Amino acid sequence: MLMQASGQPVARVAWIASWCLVALLAAAVFSFAFSQLQYGWNWQAIWHYREKFLQGWLITVALSASALLASLLIGLLAALARRSAFLPLRYAAMLYVETVRGTPLLVQILILFYVVANAFGIENRYFVGVLALSLFAGAYLSEMIRSGIESVRDSQLESARAIGLTRAQTYRHVVFPQVVRQLVPPLTGQFASIIKDSSLLSIIAVSEFTLNAQEVNAFTYSTLESYLPLAVGYLLLTLPISLLSRVLERRFYFAT
Amino acid sequence: MRLDCCAISKQFGPHQALRNVSVSVAAFQSLAIIGPSGGGKTTLLRIIAGLEIPDAGYLRIDEQPLDFSEASLLLHRRRIGTVFQAYNLFPHLTARENVMLPLVVVHGLSRVEANATVDALFERFQLSRHADRRPAELSGGQQQRVAIVRAIAIKPRFLIFDEPTSALDPEMTAEVLDFIAELRDEGRDLIIVTHNMGFARQVSDQCLFIAEGQVLEAGRSIDVFGRPRNPLLTNFLAKVLRY
Repeated sequence: MLMQASGQPVARVAWIASWCLVALLAAAVFSFAFSQLQYGWNWQAIWHYREKFLQGWLITVALSASALLASLLIGLLAALARRSAFLPLRYAAMLYVETVRGTPLLVQILILFYVVANAFGIENRYFVGVLALSLFAGAYLSEMIRSGIESVRDSQLESARAIGLTRAQTYRHVVFPQVVRQLVPPLTGQFASIIKDSSLLSIIAVSEFTLNAQEVNAFTYSTLESYLPLAVGYLLLTLPISLLSRVLERRFYFAT
Repeated sequence: MRLDCCAISKQFGPHQALRNVSVSVAAFQSLAIIGPSGGGKTTLLRIIAGLEIPDAGYLRIDEQPLDFSEASLLLHRRRIGTVFQAYNLFPHLTARENVMLPLVVVHGLSRVEANATVDALFERFQLSRHADRRPAELSGGQQQRVAIVRAIAIKPRFLIFDEPTSALDPEMTAEVLDFIAELRDEGRDLIIVTHNMGFARQVSDQCLFIAEGQVLEAGRSIDVFGRPRNPLLTNFLAKVLRY
């Protein structure tokens, strides 16, 4: 009853039973681990700082949403630049993508904030934070967009030419709609990544969810009570997104 | 219609696709271009369709010289209907949307007008049942028929077919060829490159035989197929008609 080949439809009963089993198992492991812990729980101190958690959580949502939008723009521009006939532009885009994808986000944030932003007199750490996140995600997105553009076959571009579409019309009506359909599922995954990556902005003192949790920990010396809500708070964001991505994947699927 | 090619040459890398081709077909309604693969027939067709620019030479269609600047080629392409071997349709659009796209985007029809045009054409060519399907849900023959409807929906000056049945099985080939013959009978002008000699002979009134980058024989289809003079053509026909 609990067996079904991957890709096959699952019966409702089997679905419920299997999930219950998994939940039970996870609960057993963690309740055992926590019961072994000699730890005096102090949830009251944390409850006192609930406002701070909520504030940080909202900041994280706002930072991630802005970074997602900005990274889309950056990714699109970088993808088009990678396909540009003007070589310096093409190589600049390549350098950007490879550097960003090859170095840790932590280092990028530090250099962007303490070196670049400092040199140009930008002091707003929220702005720099969003910029760092969107430059980081933009590099990954540009590769997704580029492969999406390149997956549109030459025969389609030829058909577009034959029916008299201009280059701009071809992008608008033929290439981009297909790229968007392909992009929606990985894009939702990227959004989940941005949300988690935004926790790194705590090192430049952006007062987001993680930093606020760290501060509460510093005030109350209640480490687990500070970090468990943190995990829950992130899951609250990433889990629905991951489910949404699966729904969208099905919705936007079409055979080529 | 009338077609004049004057000293047209086209080279792809080391491959000389067309060598100094000059040919005039004074009056035809349906022109078939035949010849061995790689002989240059598709290149000539693509130049006529405004999809390729010759390295040298010029072309007149109905006495009008074709200007090879991108801007005039775009206008030229918008006035003719071209159908390729396969993958004519855009996979993210339904059959209806595929036909509507050039009507709305290129030819400035309102969506209501375009819809009405599509309905009428699909009705006439028995495609109504497939209107809301995407290309992947259609057979190869149905896809080609939708592509042909897209080509005629814009009321083109003439139609161009580049091996429209090469990717199809025999049954679907018949379905598409019947469709093209029907269009010919309606009086539409067309130019077709095909490997199907029986069809070329039946559908066309004039015929060009192109091999080794040159037009080796031109004339009425009855003569080209019935009394071939060029030894290469005799050889070619003997080979393709053997089975």
